[in-house]
Amino acid sequence: MSQKKLMALPNISTPSSPVVFNPDICNGCNTCVDVCQIDVFMPNPEPGKPPIILHPDECWYGGCCVNDCPRPGAIMFKWPLELRGYWKNKATGEIGQI
Amino acid sequence: MNTWHDYTKAQGHPPDWPYPVRLEQEQEVDADVLVIGGGIAGCWAAINAARQGLKVALVEKGDTVRSGAGGPGCDHWCDVPANPLSNVDPDEWAQHMADRPYCNGIGLQIQCREDYDTLLELEQMGGKIRDADDEFVGAVGRDDKTKFMISPRYTKVHSYVPDMMKPVKFKSNPEGKLNNMVIRVWGSTFKPALKKECTRLGVKIFDRVMGTSLLTENGVQGGRVVGATGFNNRTGEFMIFKSKATILSTAGAGSIWLISTELGGYSNMMSRTITGDGTVMAWRAGATLMNMESTGVLRIATGLKHKWYTGAGDASYENVPLVDANGKRLPLPIQGWEDAGAMAASMEVEEEIRKGIQTGKYQLPFYGDFPAMPDVERRATWKLMLGEESTTKIITTTFNEAGYEPGRDLLQSYKYIEGNSLPQWREAGYGGGILVDWDLKTTLEGLYAAGTQMFCPEDHSYCAATGRYAGRKAAAYAKQASQGKISREQVEREKARVYAPIKRSGGMDWKELHAGISRAMQYYVSEFKTESLLNMGLGTLNKIEKESVPMLFAPDPHKLMRSLEDTSLLTYAQIIVQAMLARKASSMALGFQRIDYPTMDPPEWQKFMTIKLENGKVKSGSLPFAFWGDMKKEYEARNKDYTGVYKGK
Repeated sequence: MSQKKLMALPNISTPSSPVVFNPDICNGCNTCVDVCQIDVFMPNPEPGKPPIILHPDECWYGGCCVNDCPRPGAIMFKWPLELRGYWKNKATGEIGQI
Repeated sequence: MNTWHDYTKAQGHPPDWPYPVRLEQEQEVDADVLVIGGGIAGCWAAINAARQGLKVALVEKGDTVRSGAGGPGCDHWCDVPANPLSNVDPDEWAQHMADRPYCNGIGLQIQCREDYDTLLELEQMGGKIRDADDEFVGAVGRDDKTKFMISPRYTKVHSYVPDMMKPVKFKSNPEGKLNNMVIRVWGSTFKPALKKECTRLGVKIFDRVMGTSLLTENGVQGGRVVGATGFNNRTGEFMIFKSKATILSTAGAGSIWLISTELGGYSNMMSRTITGDGTVMAWRAGATLMNMESTGVLRIATGLKHKWYTGAGDASYENVPLVDANGKRLPLPIQGWEDAGAMAASMEVEEEIRKGIQTGKYQLPFYGDFPAMPDVERRATWKLMLGEESTTKIITTTFNEAGYEPGRDLLQSYKYIEGNSLPQWREAGYGGGILVDWDLKTTLEGLYAAGTQMFCPEDHSYCAATGRYAGRKAAAYAKQASQGKISREQVEREKARVYAPIKRSGGMDWKELHAGISRAMQYYVSEFKTESLLNMGLGTLNKIEKESVPMLFAPDPHKLMRSLEDTSLLTYAQIIVQAMLARKASSMALGFQRIDYPTMDPPEWQKFMTIKLENGKVKSGSLPFAFWGDMKKEYEARNKDYTGVYKGK
């Protein structure tokens, strides 16, 4: 650990990543970059790679990035911890959460 | 991982700006009809103007394919009395809707007459409006012949307002049959279909362009609108639009009283992009605004996501019974067939539930009992209503993927465990906007408004129908109008204003400025209103304008857009305070309580208040309720040539 190279970076914004990309499925088509009305993403400088999340704190959670993705599983919503909804199994009472 | 930090750590430097930089470079566009705001109203306006064979330009801050409040989807086509299953006459329904105080009878009449035609045109474009795949056969309200899915909303009991939920008797529906006034739709198909139609018709779409100001003939405030300016929020390019007619459809203002980008759930339901730009552009150009003093309690949410549809007592999810932690049924309305569409609990029911919670009769948390519903109704609510509503599609998807099963699991409600907004958190909501006439023309020559840009607007189908209508009327005007003369001086003035924050090397970021505006509104323009508090509020906002706006700093075109949105919000806030100072009486309907004028809705103040800039000075006035006259007569007099559903190519 003492050898770990550190950079001086500002705080990571909250939320930091309202979505996660699966680089094995995402082909960098940038549909999500286009459909986001907020411009949360920017295209990756390296074509074919998943976009970069540039303005995560502005996310409206509209969901179009995931809804319109032509490659299912390439992008998944990752709700901030405080926005994760709950449910309860009616028969067993077991609590679930997204 | 793909965050900015990940990239920077991996590469040793932050990414370069991904778009070409064209700051201050100019592009000039000539159009017959210019539409500013590419949401639902704007797309419909552009389509209908283009169908008249005119050259149309559409300006949108995001990408038209999914932008605006209705971009992700829409689950209900409301107030559609001209549909074949309706049991109420369209004019009678429009009048009924307009009987509420502080509404827009012009827009309502247009909606009720034309939004069924609008819906059919949407189907022509590829929007899904019927259960053509027979997915919901057997659901109550599904008509097997037309395959329309009628919603229980407005079926008999019709009011969001507690204690006003008495069934209404209509002359055109003497037997009191179900009104059948709302159709469930597959709204996630709508926006891409609208953009495709715009493109097909040759509408020139300028995505990622923020409109910043209207250009008036010779630069005179109050003069004819002859174009607009804007800038590209990716490249920074400056846009000069010249137009014969201009339609504003950018919606009202969202988060004036509260901003919290970090804490999801502590904001309002509007997207950040809804910042009142169109209203402020119209104001600066000298157009008359109306009802700007109207505010409501903030519905804390981030796109309604935190509480979303588990909070019965708002619109809730249709037909889902609400139960307590022990499965005991709660007396809350469910906006379903069983309670004829009731949306909000009465004061008595609310009180009973609160007492029940305190005495242990009802145990928290509460749940939506999806498993108790008949299968087809459950699917219709979960998959169609919640799956197609703006921004809830992603929620149902996430729940499904996380293992939630509506046939097995109760969905948690947050209504009583989360609490309500603090009293100092307000929202401008849908009350104020631009004054329009029966052509949806504003008080300025050449300028039209549609959708939530107008005073007292309604919902998605209202935006669609009024956008379509404004496109038609603006096109008729543009056909006989000449190209106006723009003032280079006005362009230069605006250009200097637009680029000032990006020319600075440091200063105040947009979030700090927004938070400063919000705090001023919380302190002085909130629960306790008096002349002196409102004046202090105005003073504080003016101080922000004088001292902080000149410090705004934006490092790139995106943050420049956010900074300019702040200036829209600031002006919008100043207009609200000016409008509040002009109304010297309290009003229940306007959410307006003045300690120095405590009498609620005295008769002499039951009227609309108007406000505008004249020679740079604020001028307020008033208009009587129902100033629009006989709705049926006025509509018919002006639409003799209306041809119904589009039959062209």
